[in-house]
Amino acid sequence: MKDSLGAPQSLLVLGGSSDIAMSTARKMAAARTKKIYLAGRPSQRIEDNAAELRTLGATVEVIPFDAAATDDHDKVLSQVFAADDIDVVLLAFGVLGDQAEDEKDPARAVAVAHVNYTGAVSSGIIVGQALKKQGHGSLVVLSSVAAERARRANFIYGSSKAGLDAFAQGLGDSMVGTGVHVMVVRPGFVDTKMTQGKEKTPLSTTPDAVADLIITGLRRGSHTVWAPGAFRYVMSGLRHVPRPLFRRLPM
Amino acid sequence: MNRDVRDVAVPQQSSTDGVHAERLYGWGMTSPSVADVADPTAVEQLAELVTGAGPRGVIARGLGRSYGDPAQNGGGRVVRTTSLNKILNIDIEHGIVTAQAGVSLHQLMGTMLPLGWFVPVTPGTRYVTVGGAIGADIHGKNHHSAGSFGQHVLSMDLLGADGQIRTLTPATEPELFWATAGGMGLTGIVTQATIAFKKVETARIKADIWRAPDLDGVLAELAATDDKYPYTVAWIDCLSTGRNLGRSVLTCGDFAKLDELPAKVRKDPRKFSPLSLGKVPPVPVSGLLNKMTGRAFNEMWFRKAPVRKEGVIQGVGAFFHPLDGIMEWNRVYGPAGFLQWQFVIPFGTEDTLRQIVERISAHGAPAALTVLKRFGEGSPGYLSFPAKGWTLALDFPTNTPGLAQLLDDMDEKVLEAGGRLYLAKDSRMRPELLAEMYPRLEAFRKLRAEIDPHQVFMSDQARRLHL
Ligand SMILES: Cc1cc2nc3c(=O)[nH]c(=O)nc-3n(C[C@H](O)[C@H](O)[C@H](O)COP(=O)(O)OP(=O)(O)OC[C@H]3O[C@@H](n4cnc5c(N)ncnc54)[C@H](O)[C@@H]3O)c2cc1C
Ligand SMILES: NC(=O)c1ccc[n+]([C@@H]2O[C@H](COP(=O)([O-])OP(=O)(O)OC[C@H]3O[C@@H](n4cnc5c(N)ncnc54)[C@H](OP(=O)(O)O)[C@@H]3O)[C@@H](O)[C@H]2O)c1
Repeated sequence: MKDSLGAPQSLLVLGGSSDIAMSTARKMAAARTKKIYLAGRPSQRIEDNAAELRTLGATVEVIPFDAAATDDHDKVLSQVFAADDIDVVLLAFGVLGDQAEDEKDPARAVAVAHVNYTGAVSSGIIVGQALKKQGHGSLVVLSSVAAERARRANFIYGSSKAGLDAFAQGLGDSMVGTGVHVMVVRPGFVDTKMTQGKEKTPLSTTPDAVADLIITGLRRGSHTVWAPGAFRYVMSGLRHVPRPLFRRLPM
Repeated sequence: MNRDVRDVAVPQQSSTDGVHAERLYGWGMTSPSVADVADPTAVEQLAELVTGAGPRGVIARGLGRSYGDPAQNGGGRVVRTTSLNKILNIDIEHGIVTAQAGVSLHQLMGTMLPLGWFVPVTPGTRYVTVGGAIGADIHGKNHHSAGSFGQHVLSMDLLGADGQIRTLTPATEPELFWATAGGMGLTGIVTQATIAFKKVETARIKADIWRAPDLDGVLAELAATDDKYPYTVAWIDCLSTGRNLGRSVLTCGDFAKLDELPAKVRKDPRKFSPLSLGKVPPVPVSGLLNKMTGRAFNEMWFRKAPVRKEGVIQGVGAFFHPLDGIMEWNRVYGPAGFLQWQFVIPFGTEDTLRQIVERISAHGAPAALTVLKRFGEGSPGYLSFPAKGWTLALDFPTNTPGLAQLLDDMDEKVLEAGGRLYLAKDSRMRPELLAEMYPRLEAFRKLRAEIDPHQVFMSDQARRLHL
């Protein structure tokens, strides 16, 4: 249960090896979050994350979970919810893809869309239902500023995040009155393994800074969080830039 | 007045008619959850509401005056007892009352004071139910002289997980009785209780009110009042610093004798007339109570108190429930809500008390309403809070910067001193501390596992603290 100061006791990460998720989990474990489930594809990194969180006093379980394998979602996630109340679910999996290659190969493009959108729709629906049965809990969805307006440079990833973002907003609306809170997080460029080797764009930020914004947003019950916060204003400006001009913007 | 509740006809509709989803908070308005809420109007409906509860179980709720989450059950069922509000029997001669669990202490005072009887124990608000008073084994300003509420309960009926009602008395079923008194609703639903009242000549209090200049002063003064007054309390200013640290106003008294009343009041000496001062604005005023206004408030209130005044005649409301005069005062803290932190530490650990008051004062946490009291011997309740020592209760707005760490640190101090926190007020303690604070917790868990192996009775608080 979340306490009166908004501190959650349990966390389920979907995409347990994500750098942003790990920064968030680390901060939460140092406070009151002592039960953590890391769901993701088996890897050394997810095991290392689990080990590190254990040193912070948390009980951690690693759950094999593939966002693309939607047929298994119900079984895998039901097990977690049967065992425990989950105060916060962090939907963090995602793939950036390689825009240039993906444009040439429909199967590759579909794989990006499948993980980022379809995988999130499937697990998001299941998580929403499970939280509703508890009568409390938060689902945090890592969208992206790229969802706000698709760009030439990464419209395959961007469109999948746009779909995810719209889905998460709608899911949040459907949960009004159920005790469940859905929070959409829209980071800009974050320095993580996903963006390794990529050139930083303006307003770039760190996983730690995003984690802080997630934790504050959870405490306040925010519906939308931009990271950094300045993106809220930048994007509300960019939203109205005419397309021919937008296309040529250096971002 | 001798109507037995068991004679009420079984209603035609199903017990679950009218059960609806509702978002429930405690009095602090923090950490809500949504549950299916039932408002039964007859005890006969209760068994089905309990045995038919789904996998998330069921918990009783009275008037929701506990501060945190004990009367919530997210995703499960909550049985609100406030429509089970009949006084079933009154023995005027001996002052013994049998009431349904949803009867409020307000209702009991209104009925019994004119007859010359007062509730044995009243908290700082009259708007609590008999069920809630037993569930939290509440204490009042007379704890040092009268003990807790459960110690005045002669018998109670408890609906268990099996849907059966058992009559418990401290003599015949001491274990279940004392697991239920203070058990925060986790042993079942109390349907009715028989309570021994206190005889009073009038409905007025004769109070002595005086100031203590600092913490040492108030501790010494309070210690000297134990034998002198049945009701004692100090309101302590935790925002003042330096040599004013811990300055306080003591309010001590007893029910007035008839010949102590002014002639005018003597005509109707047992009239119960609690005054209501109106409402705090229904729209939450965000951040109304900050450090500055908290200080100004405390300053005004300290100056307003007499240096020493004896024999002040007060009504029950003014003496026991000053906050009840302002309905919905919990909204002044705004949408972020607030919490209350109350502990007891043994006599002899006054150093810890001083460190805690210093820490709060240094932090500048806007704790406006702070109550200091001395407890007498505790009750046999497994999870009852009172124990011999000092108890301090403070309100904090939850958006106070650094509050989580401040309270965690102070919890440790309380624990080190051999003290504990009050479950009816708690909304944030670390679950690990509970077993250390309540040495009988394991025995409580064992008993609960025997009588309710599937944990039909379950609350958000029980989940949070692994009760
Ligand atoms: C302004 C204010 C001042 C207060 N001052 C004091 C004080 O001086 N001393 C003190 O001790 N407390 C004090 N309290 C706390 C209050 O007395 C307790 O929280 C009390 O339990 C509230 O009763 P309720 O009917 O509102 O119960 P709720 O808050 O609805 O429930 C409290 C607990 O009792 C259980 N319960 C309720 N009904 C039943 C039932 N029928 N059968 C079994 N369990 C049941 C619930 O499950 C829950 O665990 C104060 C609260 C306020 C708001
Ligand atoms: N970094 C940024 O600039 C940025 C900006 C905006 C939004 N975001 C979003 O933030 C989220 C977290 O990203 P991050 O920055 O923390 O990068 P990250 O460390 O690469 O995290 C993404 C995680 O998704 C996991 N994943 C990929 N495919 C999966 C699948 N099929 N099943 C389960 N897990 C899968 C990856 O783990 P495995 O490969 O080990 O399975 C990886 O750990 C992502 O949704 C991302 O789109 C990131």
